Amino acid sequence: MKLDSMYQEIILDHYRNPHGKGLRDGDAEVHHVNPTCGDEITLRVRLDGAVVADISYESQGCSISQASASVLNELVVGRTVGDGQAIQEAFLALMQSKGQGEGDEELLEDAVAFAGVSKYPARVKCALLSWMAWKDATAKALAGQPVAND
Amino acid sequence: MTTTSGSAFTALTGLLDTDAIRKDFPILQRVLHDGKPLIYLDNAATSQKPRQVLDALNAYYEQHNSNVHRGVHVLAEEATALYEGARDKVAAFINAPSRDEVIFTKNASESLNLVANMLGWADEPYRVDADAEIVITEMEHHSNIVPWQLLSQRTGAKLKWFGLTDDGRLDLSNINELITEKTKIVSFTLVSNLMGTINPVETIVRRAQDVGALVLIDASQAAPHMVLDVQALEADFVAFTGHKMLAPTGIGVLWGRQELLEDLPPFLGGGEMIETVTMGSSTYAPAPHKFEAGTPPIAQAVGLGAAIDYLANVGMDKIAAHEHAITEYAVARLQEVPDLRIIGPRTAVDRGAAISFVLGDIHPHDVGQVLDEQGIAVRVGHHCARPVCLRYGIPATTRASFYLYNTQSEVDQLIDGLHHVRNFFG
Repeated sequence: MKLDSMYQEIILDHYRNPHGKGLRDGDAEVHHVNPTCGDEITLRVRLDGAVVADISYESQGCSISQASASVLNELVVGRTVGDGQAIQEAFLALMQSKGQGEGDEELLEDAVAFAGVSKYPARVKCALLSWMAWKDATAKALAGQPVAND
Repeated sequence: MTTTSGSAFTALTGLLDTDAIRKDFPILQRVLHDGKPLIYLDNAATSQKPRQVLDALNAYYEQHNSNVHRGVHVLAEEATALYEGARDKVAAFINAPSRDEVIFTKNASESLNLVANMLGWADEPYRVDADAEIVITEMEHHSNIVPWQLLSQRTGAKLKWFGLTDDGRLDLSNINELITEKTKIVSFTLVSNLMGTINPVETIVRRAQDVGALVLIDASQAAPHMVLDVQALEADFVAFTGHKMLAPTGIGVLWGRQELLEDLPPFLGGGEMIETVTMGSSTYAPAPHKFEAGTPPIAQAVGLGAAIDYLANVGMDKIAAHEHAITEYAVARLQEVPDLRIIGPRTAVDRGAAISFVLGDIHPHDVGQVLDEQGIAVRVGHHCARPVCLRYGIPATTRASFYLYNTQSEVDQLIDGLHHVRNFFG
């Protein structure tokens, strides 16, 4: 069934047991909404030098947007900001691939499960909500930080 | 009536001959994903179009296309007669005292914005200014909220709101504090697009008349589904759109009382709406043309006329009875689904055929996606009525909305679909 290509078991697992949900201390906070469906996320980023020390979030929305935030947390926390940005860009490209992309599993890990979502234009924004919030929050956190020495 | 999908429920009575009606709607023959017949339950967003309307559009473009109210050639006269003939049909459909009270717009939003702008630019006694108050309700579609917020911001007028009760009705307990001598306009929906609630027009109109306020009724969710009599409503303005009542997109209606239309200023300027134009100033054509600047949506108006013919032929009272039976059945059956909570009236009393609900903690987007896979089209989200979602503490709803071509069997399939959704995310 076509539906299974969107609702992969990995996605449903992340939806049922989200990683890192809840708000904790951070260097910057953003609030993003998806006006077409009312999905919302409040997301905080804490940086430790060039490393993403934590991504914490409170969100409400569909399984795709919830699972996507969980995958973001799992994938990016502990990496450098630069690595995180590379993953974010690869995920964005996958989501914009209109069902054509497969995604680099080494880079994207669980996030390749979202490849099927890219076939559903109405749902792409759901998958991207938390990632766009992270990008925005990270830019804010970097702007508020003294220049890193590396 | 077709039999239900293996359910033990007895066939409803008082329904329309949907087998015959559905043959008029080519799109209802569509088969989606892996052979699933389309079950279209998104009628509150837009209705499907019968062949009679599509034929009228084609015939207009193939035989009569021309601009209206200008030119003396045959096509110009035919196009004008068709366009103005559509106005006659609308006037009869809503029991308007005069055809000149029917203004064609592009949709209900434009109709509502038109009134807000007429009042913003009007002279006394209609002028909305910093001393004035505007009253709307918490269950309005954004199209009956934002124009008033804009008017309020631009003039300094105060915007006041009727609240909602827990069961999805207007809270009228403070009506005398809300509608006062300062109120210039009360604007409210006849039927809620999100909850299906039918509002108590008479109570509100009576109070508005007592204080000399104008009344605008948004009939977008009423005109397609019930007898609409603007004289019986006793409102000053009534707005609705064509595309929810079998007509094409791009055509809406504003009905207004003649003396108001004479007194109130135009909003959009342009061709068609003038009497004379000089470099110094212009004078305006009488209503309705005063409010119809530019080339109007001619084919769309003709399509609306054909849609009205279709609806009148079936009978608005019969359509209302059919939808009421379907709604009563759907409201009861939906409440059999575990964890399902209806947002709005939980009975079919004083409610239309749009039913919103939440299903446990499964997000409406997920509900809609899994239903779509079964060929069932519903609407998910805040339905352009976000204050209602905020009022009930939910991010969004799933909404099933029925029309004259929907069947009891389709309700059963919706229920089966919802059980499948629960299993899928269980």
